[in-house]
Amino acid sequence: MEPFSFSNILNKWSSELIQEIYQRTDEDKVLHALDKDTLSIEDLIALLSPKAQPFLEKMAQKANRLTRWHFGRTISLYAPIYLSNLCASDCVYCYFASHSGIREKRVTLTEEQLRSECIALNEKGIQTILLLTGDAPKIVPVDYISQAVRIAKEYFKSVSIEVYSMDEEHYAQLAKDGTEGVTLYMETYDKDTYDKVHLSGKKKDYLYRLDALERAGRAGIRRLTCGVLLGLSDWRLDIVWLALHAKYLEKMCWQSVVSLSFPRLKHTPSRFKVPHIVSLQELVQIITAMRLFMPYSPFNLSTRESAEVRNHLIPLGITSMSAGSSTRPGGYKVYQGTTPTQRPVLEQFEIDDQRTVEEVVSAIKDKGYDPVWIDFDPGFIKSL
Amino acid sequence: MEEINNTYLDNDPLIIAGRKFKSRILIGTGKFPSAEALRKTIEASGTEIITVALRRVDLKKPENDSILSVLNPKEVLILPNTSGARTAEEALKLARIARAAGLEPWVKLELTPEPRYLLPDPIETLKAAELLIKDGFTVLPYIQADPILAKKLEELGTATVMPLGSPIGSNKGLKTKEFIKIIIEQSNIPVVVDAGLGAPSHAAEAMEMGADAVLVNTALADAQDHEKMAIAFRLSTEAGRLAFRAGLGPQRNTAEASSPLTGFLFNSNNKS
Repeated sequence: MEPFSFSNILNKWSSELIQEIYQRTDEDKVLHALDKDTLSIEDLIALLSPKAQPFLEKMAQKANRLTRWHFGRTISLYAPIYLSNLCASDCVYCYFASHSGIREKRVTLTEEQLRSECIALNEKGIQTILLLTGDAPKIVPVDYISQAVRIAKEYFKSVSIEVYSMDEEHYAQLAKDGTEGVTLYMETYDKDTYDKVHLSGKKKDYLYRLDALERAGRAGIRRLTCGVLLGLSDWRLDIVWLALHAKYLEKMCWQSVVSLSFPRLKHTPSRFKVPHIVSLQELVQIITAMRLFMPYSPFNLSTRESAEVRNHLIPLGITSMSAGSSTRPGGYKVYQGTTPTQRPVLEQFEIDDQRTVEEVVSAIKDKGYDPVWIDFDPGFIKSL
Repeated sequence: MEEINNTYLDNDPLIIAGRKFKSRILIGTGKFPSAEALRKTIEASGTEIITVALRRVDLKKPENDSILSVLNPKEVLILPNTSGARTAEEALKLARIARAAGLEPWVKLELTPEPRYLLPDPIETLKAAELLIKDGFTVLPYIQADPILAKKLEELGTATVMPLGSPIGSNKGLKTKEFIKIIIEQSNIPVVVDAGLGAPSHAAEAMEMGADAVLVNTALADAQDHEKMAIAFRLSTEAGRLAFRAGLGPQRNTAEASSPLTGFLFNSNNKS
């Protein structure tokens, strides 16, 4: 017998089957889904369908209510630290891609540089961070990430990672180091699209990436964050698969928090045009429908949205967001000011929300929400 | 009226581990939109016991913390909780951190290994209670409404038991009513109904049943008007307590005329 994995479930929910359910969806099914406490996948599909668009305000109000019940009027704040922009995979939508042809500087932070970055972020009040790298396990190995986590733990209450997918034993090592969460977007669950946009490198291995979060959960990682890169493929399919994946992870890793992120692909390298642009209205439909489907899950809002959009989305189901972010290694201190003679350090994508941490905090307060700086997992109190 | 009310309440303190409290409402500090909303709630509710999640506060810089900055340890008992802990050992470590930071050695024991419904783990809770009591803590454990577990914890020496009314944050009220009744009936230590109390009527219901106190968080934190809602919960908790002490009549399913079946016996026209 083949070992059970999420791919078994994914195979059952073919795009044809999901399309068929979308076809059958009518207004009654949408209203029915809106009324229920516990939604089935069919109910979720009803809320994601074009037929649900006239009910967006109702969905938003319910999403707001459910989020308040479970999280109160609070927004957790974090900041990313890019450890490296070196990459051995060639993903057409990403500025870090190995064959992007972009000549800006590629760097990996040294220990001293990482410490400077940590101190700079500490001074802004940040207590929760996400460490990121490109997809280059040979150049930026697990040992390097492990050391980076241990260093970061000296400065922050909560440290999570968003790096390449790895083996269970590697996740176990990182959990031991004090890694609270692993963020790993599948980018798209659509196998054909996945193959087309990932040209080469280890990331091309679809199944290895698909099962990575489950490996992380089994290894004792307590916060698993999944997501799709909105814009790569038909979101009405990808979000359903994402929901199935999240539910699967909840059952398999019942002690882990499964959270979701909704990054919209906006700026891409010139060789790639976003094929399935997701409108703001559609993004709202996605977030609110998913909130009704998973009332207790933390939802993260990507750094990729503008200040205005981020302000509007706060009461719609979001529970955490980044603040004062930089997407280039050394962006907080080491390579912060780049002199004209210096080649600038490559950033992963352009940030639309240029506000400082204080500005984000005051925007959150203006909305009647309390910014939360610490929500660490006491499972790692050994390193407190 | 106010005076009569106060006389009754003053003569009826809540006693936990030998310590007297006038108020029978405990407040959780999660989910409040601002420090100001929390401050108003504390004042208006009259609470004297406030639980604080250790994972959410900065014990090193209490003056900067939006929760700790509004709590005055001279006026209220700050009851650290171990929320987020998933094993007995983690709970013990957290409690020790709080004590080392200068808080009183009281702890609300919360062991919730599953992050979605935050239901308490009975096995780890029992283990942790034993470890904490040995370490000198006054322990108030959050538990499923399980009468046997409640007795076992009492035997270990916990200061209270805190059974849940319904899942935390659900506002669904006393879904576990039948089991809480049994716990109250059998308990020799105060029973504090925790979690799920979403309306003042739920708090009143718990108190009428004979609960010694209630813990409220979400319903207060999520109120539009924090002050009014806090007053409503204070009044309903007091009302429920007074009704319990006054002795409520039993509930009936039908209206009951005084003697519909045997009245004829006493009807003068029917004497034969």
